[in-house]
Amino acid sequence: MSDQPQSGQQQSGQQQPQIVRPYGDTTGDGRVQVSFTLPVPFGSSSERARAEGAALQLAAKMGLEPAMVVHAKGMGPAFTFFIVYGRVAHLVDLSQVVVAEREFPLLSPAEVNLRIRSGLGRKLVVVGACIGTDAHTVGIDAILNVKGHAGEKGLEYYREIRVVNLGSQVEVERLVERSRAEGADAVLVSQVVTQRDAHIINVRQMSAAFDAAGPDRPLLVAGGPRYDPASAGSLGVDKVFGKGTTPGEVASYLAYSLAPAPPPAEDNGSAPGAAAGSGAESQPERIGTSA
Amino acid sequence: MEAASSPAAHATTGPDRPVTRRLSLDPALVREARELARRAGRPIVDMARTHTTVSVERAVLRLAGLQGADPDGMPWVNRLADAVRDSVGLEHGVALPAWDALRAGSYPDLGALARDAAAGKVSFRIPGGADAHAARAAAGAALGQGIARIDAQRAARDQMIAQTSQPRMPWIYLIVATGDIYEDIPQAQAAAREGADIIAVIRSTGQSLLDYVPEGATREGFAGTYATQENFRLMRAALDETSRELGRYVRLTNYASGLCMPEIASLAGLERLDMMLNDCMYGIIFRDINPRRTFIDQRFSRQIHARAGIIINTGEDNYLTTADAVDAAHTVVVSQLMNEFFGKEAGLADGQLGLGHAFEINPAVPDSFLLELAHAQLIRELFPDAPLKYMPPTKHMTGNVFAGYLLDAFFNLAGVMTDQSILLIGMMTEGIHTPFLADRDLALENVRYVRDAAGRLGESFQPVPGGFIDQRASQVLAEAVALLRKITDEGLLTAIADGTFGITKRPADGGRGLDGVIEQADGYFNPARNILENPESAAGSPAAELSEIGASS
Repeated sequence: MSDQPQSGQQQSGQQQPQIVRPYGDTTGDGRVQVSFTLPVPFGSSSERARAEGAALQLAAKMGLEPAMVVHAKGMGPAFTFFIVYGRVAHLVDLSQVVVAEREFPLLSPAEVNLRIRSGLGRKLVVVGACIGTDAHTVGIDAILNVKGHAGEKGLEYYREIRVVNLGSQVEVERLVERSRAEGADAVLVSQVVTQRDAHIINVRQMSAAFDAAGPDRPLLVAGGPRYDPASAGSLGVDKVFGKGTTPGEVASYLAYSLAPAPPPAEDNGSAPGAAAGSGAESQPERIGTSA
Repeated sequence: MEAASSPAAHATTGPDRPVTRRLSLDPALVREARELARRAGRPIVDMARTHTTVSVERAVLRLAGLQGADPDGMPWVNRLADAVRDSVGLEHGVALPAWDALRAGSYPDLGALARDAAAGKVSFRIPGGADAHAARAAAGAALGQGIARIDAQRAARDQMIAQTSQPRMPWIYLIVATGDIYEDIPQAQAAAREGADIIAVIRSTGQSLLDYVPEGATREGFAGTYATQENFRLMRAALDETSRELGRYVRLTNYASGLCMPEIASLAGLERLDMMLNDCMYGIIFRDINPRRTFIDQRFSRQIHARAGIIINTGEDNYLTTADAVDAAHTVVVSQLMNEFFGKEAGLADGQLGLGHAFEINPAVPDSFLLELAHAQLIRELFPDAPLKYMPPTKHMTGNVFAGYLLDAFFNLAGVMTDQSILLIGMMTEGIHTPFLADRDLALENVRYVRDAAGRLGESFQPVPGGFIDQRASQVLAEAVALLRKITDEGLLTAIADGTFGITKRPADGGRGLDGVIEQADGYFNPARNILENPESAAGSPAAELSEIGASS
């Protein structure tokens, strides 16, 4: 369904419209679907009528008008679940959409390896951990383990990256110590638990500890599903990755940040896709693997 | 073939219907797999029999009734065990010096002894002769009472099931995890009313690495609620009330894992928890707990679980969240065989082995559902008397909740087609947020639909001999046997160090908790183990107290 032609096809040859509305089955119909729960009973017929009325009131306040409650179901004595379809009046102004551009080019594993070899001249050392009380290693493992995630191999798969995965619940002091001992170029920490802002507090604590440990601070990277990718500055780290990050993105970022680009590629032109063309052995395999 | 349609409730905890054989597995290969698992596990058992840990010794004190904590929240069992260790070591076990000091100082109870010991007012010794005999007898009597409490709770469970009813399998397993026991209770009761047969209270994420069990009712935790004796008691009492209301026994689950595994197992037995997560290797691989510590703690925990009638749940599903579910399918089987060997050696019955596995194959892989059926059926047939625990997809759940709902339905379908015993209910919002009330309701609607619409599909599900499903199951079994041969050759600890399971490498002398491992001296005395390893002797009988530790069970 996601492969259906966009509404823009009618204006083929014309410019993409700047003002759009949600699309149900007709351009401009504004149709959307939402589901929610209200703490209202759904027992007697009068309760049911009141519950549906309550759902319609919420829908109207959300800008869905007209709206239709297509499904209502009582859950226990005190709650009702609703699915509502409706038409929204809101307009989307595409000219006002702000997108955070990725500041680094996405590279294939071969390109990452080449860039590290030529730019750094040795293996790039990455130390990874879940810090604080966080025992959820799923995220860091997905990035580091050779198995990787979503069809992309993890950093262990990259010949020019040496990975030291310290695992879960690593104390900050131990992380700093091990990073020094391993000669880490980059430190990756993953935080899943967000109760009482643990993910923010822990990472700030970590960056402070690295700052206090001396001048040769490794590149600090934090990742987790609840991070705002724009929060690197306030966390005191160099980069923050949010939900859905793939190992390839992290590897590309590390190569971009730590290994100077090979000069010929830099001079070669403006199109980032063509930059790797100079490295004959490492034609870009594919940008974005098939998941 | 047995009709799969009799839903009669049995008091047994194994599958409530005979398992249908659907695959042409080579019985010789199955026998070899078990024999290899036994050979790989035997040296580990020998190590566990000749060692103890600080947590095993603290569990002895807990079973003898020592409760409470000092003003800083450090439990008295820790204070007393530490005092004994600092003074005479734990090589002889905590019981001998502790009960000797109890007698010598005429203390009214262990609590009074612990308070004085913590204040440095007690000098411990390893008694000999008549003093040793008296200390052993006193400790044996105290532990006899503790184990009798576990026996009474087991009888109370049977009685509750008789008064209410045993739910039909597959049992529906739901999780609550607010961090606050007083929030957990109404959520658990609501989930039970919505159809949950088993409530699992997820632990606070930091707890596995705490070397003590927190005390009292707790109202804050990280992504879960602390496992404490009081929290166990509160939740079990609430679910008893709901079980009576519903006329159906609602089981309670927690985690006997991490550094305090034996203590938590003991508390579970004392407070009548019904199932406990208790894997032989999970802590090693996913929590970086020292392998030796884990295996020693695990053996004692399982002896307690065996006595308490608790079903253990093993954690093989976790391997598939880090490793690929197709490539690593055989590691699940290998780990299950190891869990089975260790579990039975510790006294668990087949009906207490809730071996885990999961529906985690990438849905983009062609024939992924057939592969899932092959894996699930293979495990069902390898362990026909075990209450298997089947875990829903997590790794390939995306933000597309609609596709996720479909995947969960296929998981439920695979579960009923292959006679799984315990289904953890998949949430379409897995990986997005902790489940909304509506997510849980929709998930239950999903499983109810599949169970009602296709619950008897199993009786007509017969994969073609030599066909894709049949061949895949045999292939996974063959790969498991090959891996077991390798493990048997090089040793299980080496295999774990090499990253055989879950891809993570864990050396035998690495990880946390190794400093809490103690080699037993001659004359090591553990009155709890003596009773547990001689189940025919009544708890508290003099024969159990005085039997030597070398006596085989």
